[in-house]
Amino acid sequence: MRNTVINTIHEAARKNKNIIFLTADLGFSVIEDFQNELPEQVFNVGISEQNMVGVAAGLALQGKKVFIYSIMPFVTMRCLEQIRVDICYQNLDVTVVGVGAGFAYGTLGATHHSIEDIAVMRVLPNMKIISPADPLEAEKLIEYIIKNKGPFFIRLNRGGEENLSSKNKEISFGKGRILREGKEVSILSTGSITEIALEAAQLLKNDKIDVEVISFHTLKPLDVDLIENLISNRKIIITLEEHSYIGGLGSAVSEVIAESDKKCSFKRIGINDEYPKLIGRQDYLRGVSGLSTSNVVGIIKEIYEKEN
Amino acid sequence: MNKKELKIKTSEIRRQVLEMIYKSKSSHIGSCFSIIDILTVLYFQVMNIKPSKPNFEDRDIFVLSKGHAAAALYSTLALRGFFPISNLEGFCENGSKIAGHVIKDCLSGVEATAGSLGHGLSMTAGMALANRYNNRKFYCILGDGECNEGSVWEAAMFCSQFKLKNIILIVDVNKQQGLGKTDNIINMNEMAKKWESFGWDVKEVDGHDLNALDTQLTSFSQKKGEKPSVLIANTVKGKGVSFMEDKIKWHYKSPNEEEYKMAISELEKI
Repeated sequence: MRNTVINTIHEAARKNKNIIFLTADLGFSVIEDFQNELPEQVFNVGISEQNMVGVAAGLALQGKKVFIYSIMPFVTMRCLEQIRVDICYQNLDVTVVGVGAGFAYGTLGATHHSIEDIAVMRVLPNMKIISPADPLEAEKLIEYIIKNKGPFFIRLNRGGEENLSSKNKEISFGKGRILREGKEVSILSTGSITEIALEAAQLLKNDKIDVEVISFHTLKPLDVDLIENLISNRKIIITLEEHSYIGGLGSAVSEVIAESDKKCSFKRIGINDEYPKLIGRQDYLRGVSGLSTSNVVGIIKEIYEKEN
Repeated sequence: MNKKELKIKTSEIRRQVLEMIYKSKSSHIGSCFSIIDILTVLYFQVMNIKPSKPNFEDRDIFVLSKGHAAAALYSTLALRGFFPISNLEGFCENGSKIAGHVIKDCLSGVEATAGSLGHGLSMTAGMALANRYNNRKFYCILGDGECNEGSVWEAAMFCSQFKLKNIILIVDVNKQQGLGKTDNIINMNEMAKKWESFGWDVKEVDGHDLNALDTQLTSFSQKKGEKPSVLIANTVKGKGVSFMEDKIKWHYKSPNEEEYKMAISELEKI
């Protein structure tokens, strides 16, 4: 999904000279064509994320539409206060493009993991957050970003993801996308971990549990109407995210449930409030953190049995 | 404007700042007073601006990175004719849009938000980058204490690497910061050499000498070459009111009635 996003921005930049792309010295083998073709619109600002955000704000103050790019922790948390003051407080048209959601850079250690970014970005006024599950969502939503004013944060995995549904290609900003229909249990998922939600739903069919999977590709604004509707019409709501269980999708959904007049069973599945002691590839770290298909199936079965 | 008129302007701006800070019982009068001579020269002599058309496209832009000196910028804009002085009513009061740190567009002519230190030069750099093929100039004032922030030096490297010759930076070296003398906290001496080694054209000036400020800033605005420019302005915190000069307490304290009257009478003598 990273290449899809960069290529879509590149294409738009050909037609719109006001589109500017900044990188803090990352994007090897991904941004070179873009930079070589449009050297007046693509700048490597060096390893200096705080300055990159300020420069982006200055460009946006002069009418440019700016994208800033780096690995997730560096482009969100390293320069958080610049994002807060320069971008969000001034409400400027800047999009933060982060790669490496969750454990995408698993073997590089927790410096490169990103399990806190949604929590941190979600609390910033004016910020809109997009977390695509597959390249199709990434493409449609970056097109939305290109046509609309920021600030935006788009949270990307690393690359090589497959499209998750050939059926539902309807993707609109701010609306949950139903990837699999079901009537009893809803899994609300965000990002590339959504593939695990779909696998779990398929396995639970063998146990005669009817599971729906919805991609929450937009985390802010949250599709509150859809969640309200699910509280009334489902027995169980599960959230799944490759992020700390604190402050992300699970927290956002639980806020809606807690304030609703209606009730349903609810469980957050996310990463525990700790840095992993071991390293490993993304699928390995997902597994040891409880984000495996079998663990998701187990949790849902247990709640389902209690409810019935 | 001749130098006598300019000098009178600096006194009017200082009195306006004093009025605002006294009335609202707010802080940072010392930080305001150290940059008023610089602001006066910029807004009355050097910058290409039109108070009646504050957003005209080819205007020069000023960013106050040491945003706590907001009252100095607001007062300068008012006296330059961007808006009536009465618009400054409500400074730092309940329900007002005019805060103790600069907020973009809270008043006509305020181009960028600042308050957290170390942000302004990067924003100025972004604006300058967007305009590197025209004649517009981008001015910014940093404090010397503010130069403790690492982001200032990220921006300094960026400006010289990207040959942003349209940037004219002024560092207000008033030698005081939050808890005392800069020399005793994080020593920023050799300030000029620091900027020189970061690839900037550097000049040093008495930041209260209106002639020298005018000459140097005008020369920067007309110079050729590829480097960004920085003026190291040696200033006195609290300049203009004898009992406030070089005293850290005037970073925080608001004058009481007696101090207010003493200050006014000193400033009226100019």
